[in-house]
Formats: sequence, C-alpha cells, structure tokens
Amino acid sequence: MKEQHSLASIIRKNESELLAEWSKEQVSRQTRRDKVHEADAARVSSEFLNGVVDAASQGSLDARSSGWSKVREILGEFSATRAAQGYSPSETATFVFSLKKPLFARLRKDLSSDPQALGDEMWNATVLLDELGLYTTEMYQKSREQVIQHQQRELMELSTPVVELWEGVLALPLIGTLDSGRTQVVMESLLEKIVESGAALAIIDITGVPTVDTLVAQHLMKTVAAARLMGADCIISGIRPQIAQTIVHLGVDLSAVTTKASLADAFAIALKRTGARIERSEA
Amino acid sequence: MERIPILRMGRQLLVTIQVDMHDQLALTLQDDLTARIVKDRAKGVLIDISSLDVVDSFIGRMISNIANMSRVLDAQTVVVGMRPAVAITLVELGLDLAGVRTALNVERGMALLAQVE
Repeated sequence: MKEQHSLASIIRKNESELLAEWSKEQVSRQTRRDKVHEADAARVSSEFLNGVVDAASQGSLDARSSGWSKVREILGEFSATRAAQGYSPSETATFVFSLKKPLFARLRKDLSSDPQALGDEMWNATVLLDELGLYTTEMYQKSREQVIQHQQRELMELSTPVVELWEGVLALPLIGTLDSGRTQVVMESLLEKIVESGAALAIIDITGVPTVDTLVAQHLMKTVAAARLMGADCIISGIRPQIAQTIVHLGVDLSAVTTKASLADAFAIALKRTGARIERSEA
Repeated sequence: MERIPILRMGRQLLVTIQVDMHDQLALTLQDDLTARIVKDRAKGVLIDISSLDVVDSFIGRMISNIANMSRVLDAQTVVVGMRPAVAITLVELGLDLAGVRTALNVERGMALLAQVE
C-alpha cells in the first residue's frame, strides 16, 4: 500500500518538472513537428498526469480497474484524434512510453537512499505505463476499425445506385460480388426507388458481377420476387456467355424472369412495354 | 366485432386493410370476402395493403390464400400498395405470392383489373 502511494506522491510532488521533461521527450522522439498537435499533446499530458495521480492515490495500480476509467477515457480520446490525424500506432503509443525516462529519473533521485523501494517503484511504473501504452494502441486500432466500417458502409451505398432510365423504367447496375448483406441493401434501395418513382419496370444489370453461383442467383431471384410484390417487373440483363453457361450447369432456374444479353436489349424491351418507341430521325 | 370493410364498385370489390391485421381479423376477412364474391358475382378484387407495415408468416400466408381463393371463384385479384419492408419480409419468409397479380398503388391496380377483364 505504501509503495503505491509513493509513486503517486512522487508524481504529484514533481508534476511541473515531469510535465516539462515529458513534453521535451515527446518532441525529441517525434518524427514530425506540428505546433497545434504539440499544444494538444501538452494539454492531454497534464490531464493524463493528473488522472494518474488521482487513480494511483486510490490505491490500485491496475490500469484495467475502475479507478483508472478517467485515465483510460483521456487516452482513448487522444488515440482517436491521433488516428484521425494520421499518426502511426507506434507514434501514438510513444506518447505514453516517453513518460518513462523522466519518471524513472525522478524515481532514481527521490529514492536513491532505498534501492529496494527504487526497484519496486521502477517495476510498478513500468508495468503501469506498458499497460497504458498498450491501451492506446488498442484504442487506436479500434478507432481505425470504426473508420473502416464507416467506409465499408459508404462503399456499399455507393456501389448500389438505382437510376431512372426512362419514365417508369429503373436500372440497377450491379458491380462486384453479391453477398447477402449487399443483396439486402440492393433490394431496399430498389424497392424504395420503386415507391418513390412509381416505376413499373426495373432492369437489373449484372455485367459487373464477376461470378454467378447458386447463392448469387438466389439473391437475384429474391430481389426480383420482392420487386414483383410491389407491382414492378424485373428484367435481368448483362448476362455474359460464361455466366449463361454456369447458370445452366448449376441448374439455376431463371425462367420466371425475362433475361437479356445486354442492357441495350433490356432497355429496348422496357420501352416497348411502357409503350414508348424510338425512331431514327431522317437526316 | 371488428371487420375489414369490403366496398363494391360495379363488378369489382375493394378491400382496404387500414388496421393492424391480426389472425382473427384475417380469418374473418377470408370468410367475408369469399361470401361477397359469390353474392355480388364480382369479376375483380383489389386488396390494398398500403397501411400494413408489419406482417408475419401467418398474415403473409392469409394474404396469399385470400388472393388465391378469389381467383378460384373466378375473380381477378390484385394486391396493391405493398410496402418495401413488407415485400422483403415476405420474400425472406419464402412467400412470393406466386400467381397473384400485384401493382404499386390502387390506381395502377384498377387499371390492371380493367385491362384483364
């Protein structure tokens, strides 16, 4: 109990010096300089030290315990900003690790008379800072993963546009593999667009779908069935020769749907069904 | 007892489901509608489900059944106004209402009925 208090009291006693040395250390170990980020780091440093003193004086040096939640919160926020600013994970963790040198120097000075206590405190401080450093890396990764998930969602939305080709004719050019998650998005956006535009025909173009297996075919049929329930007919176009062969080899039954080889053919038949006609003007 | 009203327009019957369908209501509708088709010698039935935003497998099957029954009684049946969420649910449940005509809204449904008669 006494040792744990002593780490906190040493930090508190030397707070301003520690802070100054720490920020110097941070700057020297950094590969790039940025005034704004340094000011931010200085602010976080002092908050962090305060948090560490508070948490350590509560008795526990386990960074995963509840007493350290405030410190973890500060670090989590800091990692997220660093990740957003494009720092690498090691640069972010260095923020914590660079506290070691000034802190150890202080410990050595204050406990020089008691080598036993010095050893203990050094060990305690190392374990604690390692834990906190690892935590920053973890948080850094988590915020990066959030960015990736966000982008994935955006990509999914971007990759499933529904365009109105003609009054009452929608086109759904599918690019990339169709999995069940994507089919869901495709289906939803198609159905929403059918309601919005009142279209009675939808052309699903699969030119950009690299492979069609039974699962993809099933997804396609589901989309067609859902559109039909809403009162819209579907035409599947863009079936490449290879895909036609695979579909037949797999025994997929597409007889319930109109299929066309190219989007142009599908569009022509869609126009015919809506009663429109294209004529070449005589020059 | 709560009932879903069946309106007659010429030789056509109009059913608009404006309340949450529960099982008993669906069964009552099934009885009422088949009776009315026979009594009024209806040629067309239009079922508007645009207010229906939740379906389960039972209601899905009831809609399919009602539509098929009226077809057996020689009345052309159109289910109109299905919401996207309902359509997706029905497809996921494996109910694709095969053999039932569908249309986006009442207007289209009426046009379709006029066309097939």
